[in-house]
Formats: sequence, structure tokens, C-alpha cells
Amino acid sequence: MNNNWKNYQKDISNDHYYYARSCIRQNFFPGSETAFLNILQKDLQRDIFDDPKHTTCTGIGYHSDIVPFETTMTVIARQFALMTEAGYSNFVPSCVTSFGLYSEILETWEHHPEIEAQARDYLWKATRREFKIPENLVHTSDLIFHFREEIARKAKFRLVNAETGRPLQVVEHIGCHYAKIFPSRGVGGAEFPYVLAGMIESWGGEVVDYPERRHCCGFGFRQYLVMANRGYPVANSRKKLESMQPYQPDFIVTNCPGCSMFLDRWQYVIAEQEGVTYGEKGMGIPVLTYEEMAGLVLGYQPWDLGMQTHQVAVEPLLRKMGIPFREEEKYLDRNGKSISCPEKPSFLIA
Amino acid sequence: MNQSKQVVIIGAGPAGMEVAAVLSDHRYRVTLLDKELQMGGKLNQWAHLFPDFSDADELRHAMLQRLNKPEIHFVPQVTVEQISFSSEKIRVQLSDGQLVNADALMVTTGFQVFNAARKEEYGYGLYQNVITSAELETLFRESRTIRTSNGRKPGRIALVHCIGSRDEKCGNTYCSRVCCITAVKQAIEIKKRLPQSEVFCFYIDMRMFGHGFEELYREAQEKWNITFIRGRVSEAARNQDGLLQIKAEDTLTGRPLKMNTDLMVLMVGMEPSDGTRQMQWMLNLKQTFGGFIQSETGLLNGNATNHAGVFVAGSCKGPMSLSDTLTDARSAALEVMKYLGHSIPERQQASAENEISFDNR
Repeated sequence: MNNNWKNYQKDISNDHYYYARSCIRQNFFPGSETAFLNILQKDLQRDIFDDPKHTTCTGIGYHSDIVPFETTMTVIARQFALMTEAGYSNFVPSCVTSFGLYSEILETWEHHPEIEAQARDYLWKATRREFKIPENLVHTSDLIFHFREEIARKAKFRLVNAETGRPLQVVEHIGCHYAKIFPSRGVGGAEFPYVLAGMIESWGGEVVDYPERRHCCGFGFRQYLVMANRGYPVANSRKKLESMQPYQPDFIVTNCPGCSMFLDRWQYVIAEQEGVTYGEKGMGIPVLTYEEMAGLVLGYQPWDLGMQTHQVAVEPLLRKMGIPFREEEKYLDRNGKSISCPEKPSFLIA
Repeated sequence: MNQSKQVVIIGAGPAGMEVAAVLSDHRYRVTLLDKELQMGGKLNQWAHLFPDFSDADELRHAMLQRLNKPEIHFVPQVTVEQISFSSEKIRVQLSDGQLVNADALMVTTGFQVFNAARKEEYGYGLYQNVITSAELETLFRESRTIRTSNGRKPGRIALVHCIGSRDEKCGNTYCSRVCCITAVKQAIEIKKRLPQSEVFCFYIDMRMFGHGFEELYREAQEKWNITFIRGRVSEAARNQDGLLQIKAEDTLTGRPLKMNTDLMVLMVGMEPSDGTRQMQWMLNLKQTFGGFIQSETGLLNGNATNHAGVFVAGSCKGPMSLSDTLTDARSAALEVMKYLGHSIPERQQASAENEISFDNR
């Protein structure tokens, strides 16, 4: 039994958070951020403030060397100023890269107060704003982890095969920027992170421990942003998929925008390029965000969670979990209007 | 005259034992302290010594025999509670209530092996087939057979060098000096026991500095067919068959490498022991790299400390092989004698009559 993760605990405040959205998640997995807010605000009755004034953290630009550190610090200082003005002291970003970047800047300021003073000066000159350092910085997956038992008590479905009663075999994948930069800031540290594993275990599933569990999905900005380098990200995801396939996982869950997208979309690319498909009957291994996983457990409708936008069809998983859904509503918006159906790919056809 | 002078030695490992032996030869009274029941320190856990595979027990017995003298008083299972200094004496308060007076104090508190669980990526403590070099040596010492956790004879064994050494990530930038040659020695011992097995050593550099080390390294390759791969292992994971999958980069071919292995041995480095850290704190001794004790001046006075009357020897100063430890201990004993005013006999002036002349006539 691996208990190494217990060496890495972090403080996660129980309530009152200022929420910072991701700049790409709403395109990739459009229902996840709304699901997070619904779960926290409606199901768990917690105070999470979704502020329309906040912006990107500049993470992609920063990691691609097109936004200088000083600019990034000033933008992040502004986010903290908005949090302070709204009367909050806990900060929860939805994106793993943002979480890593906020952590990096707080760490920099802790060791170099003169750089913090400079950031305060830049922010004042640019916006006449001031800020307080957050008392608690957590990632959204930390919050779902924190409330995992409460969610388990409210569960309508469990991560269990409804027919056989067998726990679902779940591959968990953690974004590199969650804990590989600062192991002490992630639940369970960098090598044996527990943030998603804890949710899976609490909701009835079993975590698959496969050899390439800790390998990066390949999303690294410097690789995928350069078209000529994209073979490298695909190769990384392929390495992981090849390694997990013998364990017959029922689905993959990740806590990073990029990992979710790559592990899902690359399955189609690999199928087209190599004719290789993974999962049961070669239908692909569904990839979920942790909000989608929590949403399904709590009884949210899969199409309300945005799961119709996945590359790998989720219907086999829904059937396995015994979740009722209407196939004909898959491509309807909330008003019942068609959002149009994608063309059927050559592979991974549900 | 020397019998009136008393030296307290803290730590009865090889360094402490050797200092005690030399001082007692010169009729100093020595009190030798240790937290364990037996003298010998880490030597007690070793089976064979590099580079000649000599028996560690034989050496220990030989050393113990030299200590069987009335001048030496061994106090086992004690720790030092307090040390106070006056103009005349050093007073050492022990955990059992004893108060020991000393004219000089020798710190030989040694090292401890690196806790391999801190290198989480190698899965020590998590995967049963990941063991340390110290545990492998215990297995040799107890003449047990090498088996995997499910009782199989391992077909492939990987030894990974520099665990907790030359590694900024775990805070130890220094080389522990003995792990390379220990890996060569243990790799050969594995091949002697399991001739059919494949043995791989993953290294950063092979630091074969000692007498006979390079020759043993060559023998490992030529006679025992052990494969040395220049590259650090990045991580280990368990695959479906229960084997370990390890990843590394072969930096000579410049290619990543992935292999399955039955057993992985982590060559754990040296860190200051708890006793060494306690002595530093208690005596306000200077620190050197990695938290070891800094001697006063490097070359000319290598065993004195910034505290008059307090001397250091052995691996509490930094990673050291056993032979270097014993040499350092002898040097330390000489410095103590000098400090206590021992007159080393001057060379007798040879009289003209006794001179031997060489003459071509």
C-alpha cells in the first residue's frame, strides 16, 4: 500500500474563495468550470466568487517566452487585487498551469521581497490598485478532493460497474504544473499525487498503477505550440496509452486542461495515423475532467457537463455506470436547439 | 606521565576505535562512548570490504583485540547530554548520569546512510524489489540467497549509483566517494552468487580513486561481464508482471533507455549522522558541505576544530572510505598527543663516532 502521499498535506480552506477561470478550458471541456461552480455553490453550499473582471494569468504566453516575467507578475498582482477588493483571501484557479504560475510567483516574492515591491509598484502605476497575498492558494481539484467525502455522501452514482458491481479501473493523470514544480503544494507531492486518486477511491473506483503513470502527456507549451514539434506531444500521449492499455482502464481522469485535451484528442490522431485504437473494442478510453467525474457521481446529466464535445465517446462509460441519458439530446443546447453534429471520424465511431 | 591525561572519544566506530588504539599505545587513558551495545559502528553491518573482498568481521576482531587494554574504558549505550569547559577540564555529562572528565575530546560520530525513500521516483519502500546497497550487504552478511519478493531468482539486476549524492534535488551536492567502488564490489558478488544473471550499473562518473579500485572496475567488466551504463535512472515503476520498469538516458549513446529488471539496488550515499549533527550544535562546531564537521584548517591541522581541545576524525568530517578513516584517525591521535603536550622523542644526535661513513676509498 502506497502511503507516501500522506507525507504531503496542504491546507485547504473550507469556504470563501475567489475563483479564477482557465483561458482554454471553456473551449476544450466547456461544461467543467460551470459544473465546478454548481457543485461548490449549489450542492455543497460554499461561497465561490466568479468575478467577470479577472483575466488570463498569461501562463501560455509566459511559458512560451512571449510575455516577460514582470508583465506576468503585474497581471497576477491585479488578480490578487481583485480578490482583495472583493473581500476574499482564498484564491482558487481552475487551470493547473495558472496554479503553478501563482505558486511560482508567491515563492519568488517570499524569497525576494524586492521583486514583490517592484510588482506592487508596477500594479499601482498601471491600475492604482493594491493587493494582499492570498492566505490560501489551492487548485480547483484540491477543493473537490477536500470535499470528496461530502460528495460521496450525496452520490447518485458510484464509480462501479452497475451490472457486475466491479469497481471501475481508473487511470488518473496529474498535470505537471500541479506538483512537479513545488511538490509540497500538491496533495500527495509530485511522485505519488493523491488529489485525483483520493476522489476515485472515495467514489468507489480503483486507481490503475501503470508504469508510465507519472509520464507527461506531452502538452508542454514549447512542444505543441510549434507545429513542427507536435509529433513529440503525440508520442508522449501514445507512450502513456500503450502503457495503460493492458490494465483495461474504464476511463482516464485528469486535473489539467492540456492533459485532458491531449489524452482525448490524440487518441483520434493516433487512430488516423497508425490505425491503432485503445480501450474496449477499440472504441477509445474516455477522458474526463475531475469536475465531469464529480458531476456524474452527483447525478448531473452528461450533456449538461459538456461531454458531447469529447473526442472519445463517453456513452459506453455512462452505460457501464448505469447513468441514464438521451442519445437524441446529445447535440442540443439548453434551449433544445441543435448545436450541429460533428462529422463521424473513420475511427472511434460510437 | 601520560596516564594522568584522559581523552574522551564520542563514537566507537572504526575512527573512534583507531584513535583509542593509538592513544592507548602511548599510555593515555581513553573513555570510548557509543550509543550502541557493541563497538564497530557501520563495520558491524558489512560482510566484505572493497577492493579485496576481505572479511569485515576479521578486521573488526583485530581492531577489538587492540582495544583490550586497561587504559581503555568502553561505555556502551550512552549519549552525550552536555559538555562543559573550564580552564582545566572538559566535563562530559552522559545520558546514564555519569560525568566523565577529559583533557581532550575526540568526535568520531560518523555518518548515516541516505534514506532512499527521499528519492521517491525510485519507489523505495513502495516496491519490494527495490533495496539499498546496505540491505544487500546485510543479505551477503547473513549468507542469504538473492531472491525477488516472490521468491524467484532474479535474472536481471540494476545497481543505481549516486542515490542521495551529487544531487541538488535532495540537497546533497557532494560525492559520497565509496558508492562507486561498493557498486563494483557488490555487482561482482552478485555475479559470483548468480552467474547467469545480467547485472547493470547506472553511473554518473566512475570515481575509482583508491588503490586497486580501477583494477577491480576493469575486472568487473572483463571477467564478470557487468555492464556499466553512463546515465542516471530517472524513475522506476512496477509493470503488470511485477517487474520493475526503469527509465534512464544512456549519455554515451545519447539515447533514452527503458528496461525491465527484477531487482534494483540503490547505492545510498553518506550523510552526517544524528550524533554528528548533535555534536555540531552542542559544541558550536563549524560546518562544511552537506552538514559535516569542518576541521580547523584543511591540510596542516586537519583534525582540530574551532573549539580548543576538541578534535574530529573519520566520516563525521565528510564521506570517507574505511582506509581513509583509519588513516585520518591515526593522524587525529597524533594531534591530540601534540595538544596534550606529549613529547615525541627527538631524533638522537648521532655522534661522530657512530656515524657510518660511506667512502669510496
